Amino acid sequence: MQEHGFSSGLKAGASIAIGYFPVALTFGLLAKTTGLSLIEATAMSIFVFAGAAQYISLSLITAGVLPVLIVVNTFIVNIRHFLMTAALNEKMAPDARWKKALYAFGITDETFTVLATQPGDKIRTSFAAGVIVISYGSWVLFTSLGHLIGASLPAFLQASMSIALYAMFVGLLVPSMKGNRKVVSLALIAALFNSMFYFTGWLSTGWAIMVSTLASAIIIELISRKGVAA
Amino acid sequence: MGAWFWWMIFGMAVVTYIPRAIPLTFLEGRELPEAVQNVLRNIPYAVLGALIFPAVFFIQENVWFGVIGAASAFAIAFTGANVILVVLGTIAILSVYGLWFG
Repeated sequence: MQEHGFSSGLKAGASIAIGYFPVALTFGLLAKTTGLSLIEATAMSIFVFAGAAQYISLSLITAGVLPVLIVVNTFIVNIRHFLMTAALNEKMAPDARWKKALYAFGITDETFTVLATQPGDKIRTSFAAGVIVISYGSWVLFTSLGHLIGASLPAFLQASMSIALYAMFVGLLVPSMKGNRKVVSLALIAALFNSMFYFTGWLSTGWAIMVSTLASAIIIELISRKGVAA
Repeated sequence: MGAWFWWMIFGMAVVTYIPRAIPLTFLEGRELPEAVQNVLRNIPYAVLGALIFPAVFFIQENVWFGVIGAASAFAIAFTGANVILVVLGTIAILSVYGLWFG
């Protein structure tokens, strides 16, 4: 029964922990320069656990934006998680609602992609717990460390490690792409839409990711259904 | 920071949790229409495409970091290496690039 349980989850989440390391370290450092105490910076990572939203909140605090508006902005940035957790629900083994409410806290872009692309049928709650514990641990620990040491990594390492989460996304995508035109098209069309939104500035990042993803998923579904009918 | 900061964290925590928790708990035990299920099953691969591009090109001011990083990651992944090797290998390649040309 240890197969695909908690410790497999820890292993699967190790790439996220590595990827969060430079991001959290820099967040801790930036939080310090923004004027947050060690406790305040760490508390934000403990209770919010949302990289993009936390970074944006720092720049909004510096700009003197009303706290209420920072909260509203956080919601807007995170609306995409409605879509991700709805998709994840299809992949998760049925379990008690309170357990799902508990691990729901740990769903980020990164934990979602690791969980949703696992081969095989349904994922056990314990596996999800493993992925989340190691990711969350890294996020909180390195936020504190970044604030404490008040410096970032040596420049060359900081630069090279900023690729980590993207390399992980690639590493998750490629095995499913091989010999599967549908997966290639899904990723490609979403990437094109998202690039269009980025370069035209029509949508902000959170919305752009959600709209591109949904558009690609629907378009490919319509095309592949037509293909079956024809 | 004052007391407002803690109220703000509380607010941020709530509005971050809601989109994560509502679908997972509300949809538990519910069968969605076939068409919706199919679209939802497409989401993970579409998300990956949108998360990688175009952001990967802008990780550093020097766009070549992203270009070389993305190319290395795809190349390593296509050899069949597991995810952690893709991550560490790509970091290693960019470290070498950064030390020589950065």
